[in-house]
Amino acid sequence: MKRTVPLMIVMVGGILMILQYFIPHQISQTVFAYYTDWTPIIVAFALVLGVGSLTRIHSHKIRRKAKNWQYSYAVLIPLFGMPVLAHIWPVSLSGGMESPSIFHFTFMHVQVSIQATMFSLLAFYIASAAFRAFRAKSALATVLLLSAVVVMLGQVPIGELLGRWLPETGLWILRYPNLAAKRAIMLGVGFGMLATNLKIIFGVERNWLGGTGK
Amino acid sequence: MRKNWIGIPALMILLLLPSLSVAQGDDEILTPVAEEQLEEPDPGLDVPGAVTVQDKDNDAGDNLLVSFELPANTEGIFAYNVYRRVAGELGEEAWNLVEVIPAEELPEFIDGYDPEYPISTGVLYEYRVASTTVDGEEFFGPIFEAGIVSKGEIYHTGKTKVLIAGGLFIFLIFYYFGKAQRGAKMYLRPIAGIEAIDEAIGRATEMGKPVLYVPGLSGIADVATIASLTILGRVAKKIALYQTPLIVPNRDPIVFTVAEEVVKQAYLEAGRPDAYDPDSVFFLTTSQFAFVAGVNGMMMREKPATNFYLGMFWAESLLLAETGSLSGAIQIAGTDAVTQLPFFITTCDYTLIGEELYAASAYLGREPKQIGALKGQDACKAIIMSFITVALIFGIIDVVANTHILDWLRDLVTTPIIE
Repeated sequence: MKRTVPLMIVMVGGILMILQYFIPHQISQTVFAYYTDWTPIIVAFALVLGVGSLTRIHSHKIRRKAKNWQYSYAVLIPLFGMPVLAHIWPVSLSGGMESPSIFHFTFMHVQVSIQATMFSLLAFYIASAAFRAFRAKSALATVLLLSAVVVMLGQVPIGELLGRWLPETGLWILRYPNLAAKRAIMLGVGFGMLATNLKIIFGVERNWLGGTGK
Repeated sequence: MRKNWIGIPALMILLLLPSLSVAQGDDEILTPVAEEQLEEPDPGLDVPGAVTVQDKDNDAGDNLLVSFELPANTEGIFAYNVYRRVAGELGEEAWNLVEVIPAEELPEFIDGYDPEYPISTGVLYEYRVASTTVDGEEFFGPIFEAGIVSKGEIYHTGKTKVLIAGGLFIFLIFYYFGKAQRGAKMYLRPIAGIEAIDEAIGRATEMGKPVLYVPGLSGIADVATIASLTILGRVAKKIALYQTPLIVPNRDPIVFTVAEEVVKQAYLEAGRPDAYDPDSVFFLTTSQFAFVAGVNGMMMREKPATNFYLGMFWAESLLLAETGSLSGAIQIAGTDAVTQLPFFITTCDYTLIGEELYAASAYLGREPKQIGALKGQDACKAIIMSFITVALIFGIIDVVANTHILDWLRDLVTTPIIE
């Protein structure tokens, strides 16, 4: 019963959604909208569970004085401090209305900056990954290296100066061999998605119910 | 004499009255004339003609196709303002401006897209179109009744090809389900990444270090996330048997609740419910780069021996995988995000490319029905490959013999973009 009811809900819901795709009638659209309206409600409740989980784990760490327990304060203080500053105590730095609130200041000058820093690290990581990927250890790796050099030079003005063939060859690599490989992967992904959906709808795949579905 | 004295002012009043009434009458008559003169169309600005309304096919009954005849003389017309009201309603306020069509564009549009003025099923409407000057001055054409009402269809005729292809796909999947259940032997191409999962878990067990499993950063509606959770169930069962610590950070709160249940159930199935650590699956944050910072921090502090990145990833893929590589972990990644695959291939030991992520659960479980589904997928791919081969041959024939048979094939298999 514990497994049959969710499986039945998924099967009926899944088949309804498949049929809905082919039925443009108002009733079909209303049913679809009704289903999708549930999503934000479920997300809101799940978020409470998520924040609860995060709080529980870090409270345990602090209580047990586990390894690196000090970092848990760095999680819990902003986690509860930011909503307080946003909704309960939305004061500004100077006390006036013109000046931004402490919440706004903290968001713009701490959170946004840290996120931008994380994103910026990507440039260095790409350089290090490219260095590893483009080592010409074999014939195939050499082909990859040469293709990458041609494509990259073709994208920048100096490539045009070196010769008209460079951007044209780069574009050809992008448009034909590269696109063919991408499309092959995307076709496989499309079929994989369809098969996974069908397996879930018809109860062949039950792992999402927990464990290995047995 | 006395009579004369009264008579003179009376005569004067009588004489003055018509002149007063004329003066007042001048105001009454002149004002409308002046107004009429303002509303009178510019002799050079013509008004649109008949408005034609049709019900739009394959909709929910909330669209009408509206077209109108252009004026004979379009000189000076900047745009056409199309107004609509429910038939039978009176007064200027009943009209709603539903579309503004620039003069150089075709005089037709689909009415009902503006959420402020929706079309209701079964309601009769009236239309009128005004020629508009660049200053916004309007010159109205006559009012036309729509003649028809909008109604919803119960089948989208534009999706017939999708229905046929979908039906064929479902048939093939079920055919191979049945075949696999009847005990037919089916060959599965070995995938290195999937075969390395056991080895990777074993390595973590030997080293006494945890296994990190990131089920992607997308939500539960993403099929890649669902595929990842099905793999998590099987991985968690093996981890439970080996009694290796597991870390599952989540970005999406719904994915977190499902992942928690999947892992808990896996430990139960492995007969080790006591080994399940409730802190092993947790929600981290919904913020993309804060999540990366958190997971990278864990990698550097906890030094997991094995990292799994299976699911949907975006720009954070390289940040995660490169940090994992620096920490010395064995890494297995899998995603259907084509743009992130190069980063995973570069930095991870094994990568499940696209559909291999969806196949992993079947490979790990080796259940007949799951393998049947894989074979069904392969059959569908064989059909697509046949079409590509035929298209290639047709393309060559078109070039050599100057025919157009490739267009015929294209029309047969493609479907227009459906809004």
